[in-house]
This record gives sequence, C-alpha cells and structure tokens, in this order.
Amino acid sequence: MATIRQRTDNSVRFIFFVIALASISILFMIMIFLFAEGMPIFKKVSIYQFVFGKYWYPTSSPPDFGIFALIVASVAVTMVSAAISIPLGVMTAVYLAELAHKRVAEILKPIVELLAALPSVVIGFFGMVVVAPFLQDTFGIPTGLNLFNAALMLSFMSVPTICSLSEDAIYSVPVALKEGSLALGATHLETLMRVVLPASISGISTAVILGMSRAIGETMVVLMVAGGAAMVPSSLFDPVRPMTASIAAEMAEAPFRGDHYHALFATGIVLFLFTLLFNIIADRISHKYRQTGEASL
Amino acid sequence: MTDEKTIIESSFDRVYRKRRLIQKSLFLLFRLAALINCAGLFLVVSFIALKGYKAISWEFLTQPPIDSMTKGGILPCIVGTLCLGIGSIIVALPIGVASAIYLNEYASPGRFLRLIRLGISNLAGVPSVVFGLFGFAFFVVYLKMGESILAGVLTLASLTLPVIIGSTEEALKSVPDTYREASLALGATRWQTIYRVVLPAALPGTLTGAILGLSRAAGETAPIMFTAAVFFTPGLPGSVFDKIMAMPYHIYVLATAGTNIEATRPLQYGTALLLIAMVLGMNLVAIIWRSVLRKRMK
Repeated sequence: MATIRQRTDNSVRFIFFVIALASISILFMIMIFLFAEGMPIFKKVSIYQFVFGKYWYPTSSPPDFGIFALIVASVAVTMVSAAISIPLGVMTAVYLAELAHKRVAEILKPIVELLAALPSVVIGFFGMVVVAPFLQDTFGIPTGLNLFNAALMLSFMSVPTICSLSEDAIYSVPVALKEGSLALGATHLETLMRVVLPASISGISTAVILGMSRAIGETMVVLMVAGGAAMVPSSLFDPVRPMTASIAAEMAEAPFRGDHYHALFATGIVLFLFTLLFNIIADRISHKYRQTGEASL
Repeated sequence: MTDEKTIIESSFDRVYRKRRLIQKSLFLLFRLAALINCAGLFLVVSFIALKGYKAISWEFLTQPPIDSMTKGGILPCIVGTLCLGIGSIIVALPIGVASAIYLNEYASPGRFLRLIRLGISNLAGVPSVVFGLFGFAFFVVYLKMGESILAGVLTLASLTLPVIIGSTEEALKSVPDTYREASLALGATRWQTIYRVVLPAALPGTLTGAILGLSRAAGETAPIMFTAAVFFTPGLPGSVFDKIMAMPYHIYVLATAGTNIEATRPLQYGTALLLIAMVLGMNLVAIIWRSVLRKRMK
C-alpha cells in the first residue's frame, strides 16, 4: 500500500536526483558553450595551425591565430611554480602531520587555509607593486613582470592545495607501519622517508596534480604579473602571456562573434581540456592506489 | 678484546650521530617550509594593511568615486561585491545542499555515483576564466541577460556550487548513522528523517560551507569581468539587470588600466585591504566555527 508518505518520499527523492543532475549538467553546459563559440575558428585555421602556430597577432591584418606561445607560457609558469610549491607544500604537510605539536598544528592549519582564501587579484596586486620592483632592482632586469614573478605568485595559490591534501594523505598512514619501522631501529626521518611517504604517495601525487591544475587555470595573477608578451620565453625572466591572461585581457576588445572572439573561446577549450586532464589523472590515481590500511601495502 | 669493542661502539656511535644529524637538519628544513608559508600570508596581509589603512575613512566607505576615480570612495564597489556574493549564495546554497543530500543520503554507491562525483570534482577544477567565458556565452548572450548583476550572480553561483556541495557532504557525513537509524526505526520515512533529524544536525556545518562559498564568490574577478563588472557606474544598482562595480575588478582596473595608476595607488591599497579584511574575516569565522563544531561532535 503506497501511502501518501511514501509517495512524498519518492517524489522528494526524484527532485533531489534532478537537482544533483542539474549540478553536473553545468559541466556539460560549459563544454557545449565553449565548443559552440570556439569551433568556428577552425574553419579559418586548422587545429594544428591553431595549437602549434607560433604567432598570436589576433588584431593585425591578416591576423595570426597561433597559441603555441600561450600554451608554452601556461605550461612554463605552471612548471616553475610547481618547482617552488611542491617542495614547500609537501614539506609543510610533513611538518604539520608528523612533527608539529598538536597545539601548533591547530594554529598553522587555519593559516594555510587563509592563504588559500586570499583573493587572486590581491596576490596579483602584491606581485605588481612589491615583488616586481624588487626583482627588477635585485637582478637588474628590464621588467619585474615576468615568468618568474608569476610563478612565485602562483605558488601562493597552489601551496595551500598541495599542503592540505598531502597532509590528509600523510596523516592517514596507519600508525602500525610507523611503529614497525621505528621498532626496527630506523630514525624518525628514515621512517618518514622510507615508510610514511611511500605509503602516502598516491595522496601526495593527487595533491600535486590538483595544485598544478589550480596554477594553470589561475587568471588574475598571471594577467597582472606575467608581463603579457605573447612569445616563447627563453629565460626565467622573460615576460610571458599564458592562455588565461590572453582570454581575460582580450575578451573585452574582441568584436562579438568575430574570428578573434572565436579564437579566445577555442583557447578556453584548450585550457579546459588541460584542467580536465589533470583532474581525471588525479581521480585515477586516487582511486587506483587508494590507501585501504595495512592490507594494501 | 676491549679494543675491538670500542671500535665497534665508536663506529656505531658515528653512524648513529650522522643519522641524527641528517634527521635534525632535514626536520629543520621542514619547519622552515612551514615558516615560509606563514611568512607569505603575514607579508601580504601586513603590507596591504600598512599601505591601505590610511585610505580607509568614512568618505572612502560611503562615497562613490569622483574626479575620474582619483578621489572619493568605493561605495558602489562594496555594494556590488555584496550583491554578487550574497546573490550567488542564494542561488547556489539550495542547489548545492540538495545535490549533496542526494549524493550522501539517497544515491547508492556505484558507477553512476562515481561519475557524478568525478563531474563535481571536475567542475571544481574548471579555471575561473572559463567560467567567465561560459557565463558570457550562456547567461549574457544565449539567455539574453546582457552584462548584468543577474548574469554575474549565476556565473559565480556555478563556480561556488562545488564548494558548497563539498562542505555540505562533509557536514552530512559527520551526522552519526545512529541518528538516522533511530528515526527510521520510529517509522519515519527517508525524507522525514532527513528533514527533521539529519539536516538540523548538519545545518551548522552547511552554513560554514555557505560562508566559505560567499567569500570565494566575493573575491573572484575573472568570472565577472565579462558578465557583470564595469569600470564605473555613477550610482548604485537599481535592478538585477544593471551592470555593477565590484571590489576585485576595481583593484584590477585601477592597478593596470587606469590613466592615473600612481594617483589612485592609495585607493587601490584601500580597496585591497577592505577586500582581504572581508574575505579573510569570513574565512576566519567559518574556520573557528567549524573547529567549535568538531569539538562538540567529539
């Protein structure tokens, strides 16, 4: 006998199901609209020319739509920032999970969270008014707005991600493993390096990939401090123009549904695919090498 | 005999001391890393605070900009940021909470659930500027909202949705299963259990998530650049179809594209200070509240 109560229950369940689907559909809508607005550019230039073309002169005539320099810039900035933020983030995570007193950790963890909460435009602003002049004076370079500065500022954004996710991973390593290692006479450090870190490597890799994904998608920081030159960088101190910066800077001036406009959406597609790839890899790693206690090791 | 023993002991000692030394120096490095993190936050906040506090005045908070942005206040930006932030939470909170309830309370584990979770984690990873492109193509152009508060709010809502789903799920998970079982055993349906038992217990945690979402939305710049924000509006917004000024965008424009970058410096510092005070303040409230909740749960 289906009472009213049960029928309400079923319809509520259905409503929640629809809403959950709607949340996911946003992701598909993003894809659909990116492709709808971005694909027309490929009638003018081939995908190969677009991705590997060396010249990005969207406003000259005839225009050049090659985003290779932008892709290289995005990847370079992300890599340099990863070189800074991975050691920093993972070491801080080790400190928080293994070394710090409970009291100290309780104060430090919120600080890392607050670091993650700093608006990107403020970090970009800081990079412009403080770090750029400093770099310019210290290294005697023509402009402080460059690849290195952008990577440094991006580290602000990816360190918290890497740190808090790695910390969770390190924290969840079973105590029995550590005790086993210590009982065999290993020092705390040796236990950390040979037992704890290998056991939590999947969580740490996920953290690193998500941190890098955050860095490659970050917009305001690179828009304000990367320098904005659309060329393949040859040194750490060259100004660059990552994909995000190019989109944000040029959308306002690109004529509506002109070639330039479509090219910017197509850049958005490339960017979206990059982050999608990062996220899927992170998901794979965390599912495939999931820690399920001692038994899995 | 004794010789041999001392040799073994001393070599053991040396190895041991070396191991201790390596450990000590590496642990020092770990501590240093943590210190650098704190120093980073401290440096940014204190620098902005020192440079910005002079700009904050009653006039700064209550007047619109005058003299081509070089003087006056940032009232329209404050109002704009509040509109966008609060608006996006009003949209995203019910949808996010409902999605989280479905995922945590109704859905049975399996391939479908995993697909949805993958989708949500991917949505969380979409770059903010891509949300801006999407908002422009969908809300502004396709749904013909024009560049408006409404379009900005909806764009920011899609961006904060994963944040809210994540924290609501965490809150739902922290409600002990015994609560649910007790309610179901008394003859309540699933929905009655959720509505009367689970949600009230998860409410504080959900609100923490809402605050975090709000602060995220208030600080974002790229998603509103093409959907809602403008350099200057003379008055306060009258309807949801008006364009709007916002603090993050204001900082960006003044710092990069203004005609008087040097002359507006104090205003830039002041706006940045106000923005981080707002965002970090909200986060601090959420963090403290959450730690209180966790202690109570134990």
